[in-house]
Amino acid sequence: MTVEPTPASTPADGHLLELRDLHVEFRTNEGVARVINGVSYHLDAGETLAVLGESGSGKSVTAQAIMGILDTPPAFVRSGQILYRGQDLLTGSEEQRRQVRGKEIAMIFQDALSALNPVFPVGWQIGETLRQRAGMSRGDARRRAIELMDLVKIPGAAKRIGDYPHQFSGGMRQRVMIAMALALDPKVLIADEPTTALDVTVQAQIMDLLADLRRDLNMAMILITHDLGVVAGVADRIAVMYAGRIVEHADVRSLYKAPAHPYTKGLLESIPRMDVRGQELSTIKGLPPNLMRIPSGCPFHPRCPYVQQVCVDVVPHDLVLGDGRTSACHFAQEVRDDSAR
Amino acid sequence: MTAPASSTKVRGETILSVDNLVKHFPISQGVLFQRQIGAVKAVDGVSFELRRGETLGVVGESGCGKSTLARLLMRLETPTSGRATLEGKDLFKASGSELRRLRRNMQMVMQDPYTSLNPRMTVGDIIGEPFEIHPDAAPKGSKQKRVQELLDVVGLNPEHINRYPHQFSGGQRQRIGIARALALRPEVIVCDEPVSALDVSIQAQVINLLEQLQDEFGLSYIFIAHDLSVVRHIADRVAVMYLGRIVEIGTEDEIYERATHPYTQALLSAVPVPDPEVRDQRNMIRLVGDVPSPADPPSGCHFRTRCWKAQGICAKEDPQAVPRAADPHPSACHFAELRPATPAA
Repeated sequence: MTVEPTPASTPADGHLLELRDLHVEFRTNEGVARVINGVSYHLDAGETLAVLGESGSGKSVTAQAIMGILDTPPAFVRSGQILYRGQDLLTGSEEQRRQVRGKEIAMIFQDALSALNPVFPVGWQIGETLRQRAGMSRGDARRRAIELMDLVKIPGAAKRIGDYPHQFSGGMRQRVMIAMALALDPKVLIADEPTTALDVTVQAQIMDLLADLRRDLNMAMILITHDLGVVAGVADRIAVMYAGRIVEHADVRSLYKAPAHPYTKGLLESIPRMDVRGQELSTIKGLPPNLMRIPSGCPFHPRCPYVQQVCVDVVPHDLVLGDGRTSACHFAQEVRDDSAR
Repeated sequence: MTAPASSTKVRGETILSVDNLVKHFPISQGVLFQRQIGAVKAVDGVSFELRRGETLGVVGESGCGKSTLARLLMRLETPTSGRATLEGKDLFKASGSELRRLRRNMQMVMQDPYTSLNPRMTVGDIIGEPFEIHPDAAPKGSKQKRVQELLDVVGLNPEHINRYPHQFSGGQRQRIGIARALALRPEVIVCDEPVSALDVSIQAQVINLLEQLQDEFGLSYIFIAHDLSVVRHIADRVAVMYLGRIVEIGTEDEIYERATHPYTQALLSAVPVPDPEVRDQRNMIRLVGDVPSPADPPSGCHFRTRCWKAQGICAKEDPQAVPRAADPHPSACHFAELRPATPAA
């Protein structure tokens, strides 16, 4: 990818955004659910990191922790660091947090219809951030809102600025949300399942738009999704999550070519491919674990075809494989060799 | 569980035939004196045949009428016009005991396993409820045994008969929904987006189960979905819908390898392929705009407003889904022609 690095804005040795050993738990009446168990990843300017996982894997909670919008209670950050330009967001004051939120790191949500306020026109909602945070006058905010709607390719932006969310189609609503997120010119955009609620032809439009915007504005993007197909097209690196841990981390091409964790391998084998008419689909047996009772050792061991006694007893560390990728599996090398075959 | 009594019937013969089915929902205005000012043309002249033992996939984007079609076939809606016959008997004229007999033969699996199961009923009651309406399907005293058999067939533990839906995961709930649909030993099952609410690793388990049940009981499926990869995997034939009409219908191979309708081609090219290498070689068609409102569809060909091939004739003349010169399967386009829809695998 030809992206100009911005060394001036990032400390020479640090990353733009870095998570270090993050732990989040939900304290509920039934017990404590360990939702995130030591997640570490980093993001540099201009790059796209995909966080892939099924429901309950902790991928959205990680994003909420970065944004500082966890529901507390029940959610508590137990330990870890979230470093933005070297500064820990978790130890800062709420006011410092607010300076980062929206302005430095912005987020778009899955369901645009429930994320937008139904009783205000979209132009007003896009302009709200500008008035509150950038101190713009109403007229300026309105003009900037039209520019933003043009930027996300909403046709006839000037005419539609007074329309309400229900007057837009699903794809157009998602564009409005993207415009809102871009209002303060953030350096990092977190997209939480941005196309899950959309049809395929519209999904393709939105993914193209996000890729264009990321390139033109030189943003870094975290794309959270469960869809292995969507990821393949846009991401530079992928982090696969399972039971609140990153089980595999690799660049896109090597991950799809030869997954090195049995969970990733199982996922890739269980999706029907449109370009291949398959026989019976291979499946991952069993169910994702209950986060209140995560299995001992490797959390994937009850479902894993490679399971040995060591998997039940010992939590696997991130095994660094030759080409700069990691896999949290005792048998990572073996799994990768099997997949490459 | 034994196969349905129909095992002697010929595989491949037509079991369900749908002819020019139309459903318009009226739009009315006024409080006291309501008058109709228009209609949402949800299903606008759909014809197809379903053969015994086959799976007909129905694909299309939201609002194309695929779920309304399912509801019409289940007689949950009354059609505006059109005919459908199940084993030669008219679905929409039947009433009373004849309708009850027909319904026994056609069951449905719903999309959302969280809302389609009553949270206050046990699994045994949910799966056993069809037997209360059709007491002859399970002789007196054998109901519990039948329900346990059904649980076993769909891969659930028969001892869990007294549990409630919330004690099961999404994939297990969908299995309960499938067991309920199987209870009366139907020959046709309408599956309305049966796996779209499930996680990837669970989705594969349910698809395999549906295929295995089809082989075991000789079922015919109408499989409605928006996920083209899933449909290709499970379907023998595929119908593509756009704004209430079938724009193209053919075998799985004809639709996925030799599509001639521009909408089908665009739809196929938009599906994300989970392989970065293939992705780079793909020749994508980018459709502009959104699907028009079914209350006010474009004249002539419904797709012409988003079509790059549209010409004068497309606005005037409504193209029929008939075999075209480019390929002998029905395609509703004046300018039907082949295009490599997916790259060589």
